[in-house]
Amino acid sequence: MSTDGTSLRTAEMEPDDRVETSGREGGPVDPSTTDPTTIDSTITGAPITESSKPRATAPAAPSAAPAKQGLSVRLEALKAFYGASEQVKGVDLEFRANEVTAIIGPSGCGKSTMVRCINRMHEEIPGARAEGRVLLDDLDVYDSSVDVVAVRRAIGMVFQKPNPFPTMSIFDNVASGLRLSSRGRGNLDGKVEAALRGAGLWEEVSGRLSEPGAGLSGGQQQRLCIARSLAVDPEVILMDEPCSALDPIATLKIEELIDELKRSVTIVIVTHNMQQAARVADRTAFMLSGQLVEVGPTQEIFTTPSDPRTEEYVTGKFG
Amino acid sequence: MSSHGSSTQLLTRFDVSPSRRRKDRIARAMILAATVLALIPLALIVYYLLLKGLGSWSPSFFTTDPTGNTFFGSSNIGGIKSAILGTIEIVALASAISIPIGIGVAVWLVEYGRSSWFANTVRFFVDVLTGVPSILFGLFIYIVLIVGTGSSYAGYKGSLALSLLMLPVIIRSAEVVLLLIPGALRESALALGAPRWRVIFSIVVPTALPGMVTGVLLAVARAAGETAPLLFTAASTHNTNFNLGQFMNSLPVQIYSDVTSPTTAVVNRAWGAALTLVVMILLLNLIARLIARRSRLA
Repeated sequence: MSTDGTSLRTAEMEPDDRVETSGREGGPVDPSTTDPTTIDSTITGAPITESSKPRATAPAAPSAAPAKQGLSVRLEALKAFYGASEQVKGVDLEFRANEVTAIIGPSGCGKSTMVRCINRMHEEIPGARAEGRVLLDDLDVYDSSVDVVAVRRAIGMVFQKPNPFPTMSIFDNVASGLRLSSRGRGNLDGKVEAALRGAGLWEEVSGRLSEPGAGLSGGQQQRLCIARSLAVDPEVILMDEPCSALDPIATLKIEELIDELKRSVTIVIVTHNMQQAARVADRTAFMLSGQLVEVGPTQEIFTTPSDPRTEEYVTGKFG
Repeated sequence: MSSHGSSTQLLTRFDVSPSRRRKDRIARAMILAATVLALIPLALIVYYLLLKGLGSWSPSFFTTDPTGNTFFGSSNIGGIKSAILGTIEIVALASAISIPIGIGVAVWLVEYGRSSWFANTVRFFVDVLTGVPSILFGLFIYIVLIVGTGSSYAGYKGSLALSLLMLPVIIRSAEVVLLLIPGALRESALALGAPRWRVIFSIVVPTALPGMVTGVLLAVARAAGETAPLLFTAASTHNTNFNLGQFMNSLPVQIYSDVTSPTTAVVNRAWGAALTLVVMILLLNLIARLIARRSRLA
């Protein structure tokens, strides 16, 4: 699987330079431009379809699949609690495979909590618990037979503030996921390079892999964190306001990266920035007070929402 | 209002008032005086140690055991070899016992116990232990392991008494440092699919290491300078001894017995031994800091 990933990402590196010069930031608000023309040349025979239900059979078919695919995630009646207070109040929502789904909503509406339920990070907070089902493809990640550690390997996460491990070099940061889960054997160099290329950081750091990861700029640190998540080969990546601590140029780079990444993973991004949702997301979900108000194609949510509350929020009347 | 008028107004408005300037000067002077006052005893101790201790230093001072021949006018009283080696052995064993246990308890308190009833009880008793006079640890070991078993003094019994003394210091200092590690670091490691114990040993503890080294050093330094817990656990002897099951000499006990001697040369040996103890702890400090700094970016 890793060799395929490497070749795929290497093939993508050429157009990555193009991002600097021409790019496709020409029409940032139009989500229809998020389907780059290069996609057919890099991923063969895997068209991105709307109905994405049983796509990938299993993540354990190394050489058969030409390219790694994301998996769909479906929330069924998901509730999340902190002690007695209910923060997510029964959400049904599907994140389609190899699509970017943005979650928008005012502060405290439960966006982050809901996303943290998907890779079961919510339960790490003392007194927190979740109810309902979270289906990764067809597997309920809350099933008693499921290993939480395996869930988190399949569903990576990028946090609001870039948080590379301060004691580790750039290389060790990327390798940390593999080492921490006792899979640090084999072609570690190749996997680290592939992950750094996948995160668009290889060109900038290839000459100084042994320097501390904390010495990079904020935007580079965040891409390092994305590389760290990519190294463990996840099917889904959750991003909890990944750009809120970054400047506009670093933000743009992350957004371009998200566009590249969705070829191989499913992406769920929580954002406060509606322009960002409009730029990167195929579909957008609007949440309010712990409930899902509306979900649909991004363009529809921003132009012709069906719920008046969505319209009020996206036009800036509240929130 | 003319522009000239407004600029002079601004100047007077932003002038420091004389009374505030006076108060500032007095406050600064008081703080400086307090700092100097605190430095005086420190400087005097170092000065006296060097003045009195350096005189008794010689190659044979470090390479010979005390002879025990401390009578008035005796020419050969010997050095402090057995005391140096005894202190190293006793403190090394005490550290080997208390550092893993102490850090283990701190990790448990921060990562697992958190604010549960049991964790708070443990914290309370650790705080109580911190305030226990050191002689009580010696007394406890004396009653349990010497009177209780009817056996004799031994170096390892001294180590046990010292490790009891070190434990609360290590636990509390390590806990404080571990609490400083941001939760985001643990979360990002957990989110990578690392089991909790790997997160603790590969991310949390290495990040906290430089701070924990400081706390451990404080504990080691305190233990190395303690006399009371050793007096009736390891006792004292003249000969160099590598068997922790037997009587063992140590620097604090050697100083304690030498300083009460009527013979000037023996009292001077106490000064030399005291200087040796300070230098040893200083060296340990430097070495540990070097190691900690290097391990940050291993």
